[in-house]
Amino acid sequence: MSKRILILFAHPRFEKSLNNSLLVNQIPASPNYTFHDLYERYPDFNIDVEHEKQLLEDHDVIIWQHPFYWYSAPPLLKQWIDMVLEFGWAYGPGGTHLQGKLVFNTITAGGQRSAYSKDGYNRFTINELLAPFEQTARLCKMSYLPPFALHGTHRLTKEEAVETAGQYRRLLESLVHDHLPVDQMQSFSYLNDWVINQTL
Amino acid sequence: MDFLSQALIYLAAAVVCVPIAKRLGMGSVLGYLFAGILIGPFILGFIGKEGQDIMHFAEFGVVMMLFLIGLELEPSHFWRLRKSILGLGSLQLGLTAGILFMILIATGFRWQAALAISLALAMSSTAIALQTIKEKGLSQTVSGQASFSVLLFQDIAVIPILAILPLLTFHGTTISESGHQTFIDQMPGWLQTISLFLAVGIIYAAGRFLIVPMLRLIAKTQLRELFTASALFLVVAIAMLMQLVGLSPALGAFLAGVVLANSEYRHELESDLQPFKGLLLGLFFIGVGASINFDLIGSQPWLIAGLVISVMAVKAAVLFFAGRVFKLTNDQNLLYTFALSQVGEFAFVIFSFTGQLKIISPEWMSTMMAVTAITMTITPLLLLLNEKVIDPRFGVKEKPADREADQIEIKHPVIIAGFGHFGSTIGRFLRANGVEATILDNDSNRVELLRKMGFKVYYGDATRLDLLKSAGADDAKILIAAIDSPETNMELVTTARKYFPDLKLMVRAKSRIDAYDFIDMGMTDIYRESLHTSVKMAADVLTKLGHRSYTAARQGQKFLQYDEEALIRMAELRHDQKQYILQARENFRMQEELLSQDLRQNLSEYDHAWDSEEIREGLAKNSETAK
Repeated sequence: MSKRILILFAHPRFEKSLNNSLLVNQIPASPNYTFHDLYERYPDFNIDVEHEKQLLEDHDVIIWQHPFYWYSAPPLLKQWIDMVLEFGWAYGPGGTHLQGKLVFNTITAGGQRSAYSKDGYNRFTINELLAPFEQTARLCKMSYLPPFALHGTHRLTKEEAVETAGQYRRLLESLVHDHLPVDQMQSFSYLNDWVINQTL
Repeated sequence: MDFLSQALIYLAAAVVCVPIAKRLGMGSVLGYLFAGILIGPFILGFIGKEGQDIMHFAEFGVVMMLFLIGLELEPSHFWRLRKSILGLGSLQLGLTAGILFMILIATGFRWQAALAISLALAMSSTAIALQTIKEKGLSQTVSGQASFSVLLFQDIAVIPILAILPLLTFHGTTISESGHQTFIDQMPGWLQTISLFLAVGIIYAAGRFLIVPMLRLIAKTQLRELFTASALFLVVAIAMLMQLVGLSPALGAFLAGVVLANSEYRHELESDLQPFKGLLLGLFFIGVGASINFDLIGSQPWLIAGLVISVMAVKAAVLFFAGRVFKLTNDQNLLYTFALSQVGEFAFVIFSFTGQLKIISPEWMSTMMAVTAITMTITPLLLLLNEKVIDPRFGVKEKPADREADQIEIKHPVIIAGFGHFGSTIGRFLRANGVEATILDNDSNRVELLRKMGFKVYYGDATRLDLLKSAGADDAKILIAAIDSPETNMELVTTARKYFPDLKLMVRAKSRIDAYDFIDMGMTDIYRESLHTSVKMAADVLTKLGHRSYTAARQGQKFLQYDEEALIRMAELRHDQKQYILQARENFRMQEELLSQDLRQNLSEYDHAWDSEEIREGLAKNSETAK
């Protein structure tokens, strides 16, 4: 049985984001992939928790795909985490429904990769800044993978964007395989690097 | 004839004739009138002389109608209309009666008879005019309010007219045997005046301190028929009281209605009395039809035809002139002119009274009554003529004028039927978001305003298939049914579903009940009305047209905020302006101001926070200067 992948997409102004549509267009048209557009589905932030829980149950790999606004996710994704990951269901006593699932963030960020380092102007690495997501995953007994990132969106050329989009497609395609090398994937700081490593 | 067979005849005539008349686009009034003529003594002969009696009984329907009109009219609103009631009303009555008086004197009538006849002929029919205006959904338009003002003034004027008629008699004819005598006639003049005021005072005080507590008690019993009974009791009691002091029962009922307009039982009273009013008015019109004396007409056709034509011509000319003085636009003026050009039901009362007083001869009395009935019958036909022939030629054009002949007509994806307070919010919101809509509306003043503001507007009844077609219903994506009257809205939905199955329908529901009806019809996009639902509906239109739903929702939130601020601004503005004679006209000015404020405000401005385009441009500029 191949794995099923759920892309939880959160972008308040998707119609204005070329890079995100580029990434979203990479999602293979196959029943194994579910693209879930949170801002389109819940314009008034009124999240249907039962529906979301069912979606999570039905999938093995969860992707939080969003722009990296202010070193975090847009508000609706935070709302989603607050509402859906319930005590006694996702964590705490009896909170085992997400156990063993894979989860990671796919982000688009304005700054270059070099800016996200101890010496860069953002002072922290992307992995450090994503710590709340990582810990959320851990508390829910999920395996957290490093992020897939599209950097420098403000200065990106078309070719660079298309190249990264191609990596994303290869990543998505490989996620359906039953035996993913999770440990190997976790040893990279970005999933982009793992994909490049695989191709070589 | 026994009661059952009588009832059977009247009801059958109504059930057969009214739907046919409606179907032919003539309105229910004409249907009832023809039903009356049909069963009257000159065609089928089912009813004979009792037509007159039936009419006396059914005049009570007019009383009820005025009570209901009063209920819908809050005192503050009534007060705002005072200028048009007094101004327009007195101008119409004075001028019409004056001109007719001169003509009658010139043709050799004694001045007493001339005065009585001219005053009677100056009256218009509240029953016909208001019924027709309401059926066409024009109550809130300038012409609707002008008609209402004139009719109300006439209702009030009936009182002094009936009071002075006895003074016109020669050799002191008394009519104590006629039954029109009231106990206060024996009183001295000053006491009569006092009792008049007392009666009005009683109505006011009773409305305030007696009727409402009584209704509250009755409502507690939870017996619906008891509430209906007390509503009927109320109107009958008022009518009695008014007759006792010699006032017009219709006026008394109207006053009582106004007093009760602010009470919590307004809607219950309305819905309880509505069917009675409808039936009695129908009966009244049947009576009018049945009482037309065709023998008399046959014996002097030219005299009667001449009278009918000249009376209506004089009345129409005066009405049109008065409308001009009060600056009604052409088509509004035409509409109200034709709606009021007949002689009204009060003329029957005045004529029979003057006949009893022997001011005019019995022959003239029945001639005049026939003239009155004929003018009433002609009115709906004239209105039809106006709607189909005269207005399209001289008034607001149905279709917007072509700007350039060779320009390909732009098809808008959205059609809004009804641009009242609900539809206009949607139109404004869509326009702010760059979506143009085609608008259908039946208020000519509003149509002119909207065209001036650059909207594409079709004028007329939105339930008409040809109008929907020319508005582009074949190619549009969404039709918004936002007409104020639930019945008309329902009719529109039925028509649209039948002829334009591909058109997405979004409907405004006035109440929960209406929403149920729409659900039964299989509608899914139903919006129970309020400011918020109209904005929600507009945001959903954007989503259906392919906009992101979160963006649409945020634009909706922003619009609500903006509209709230605009409301406060406009409320202040309202008091700065000169007093408007017609409330409807002031509403237009306010709407015009609001629409132009919309244009000044850039509501479509996007949130820059999430727009990386902005940052990109900023950075690019920065690096250029760095080089």
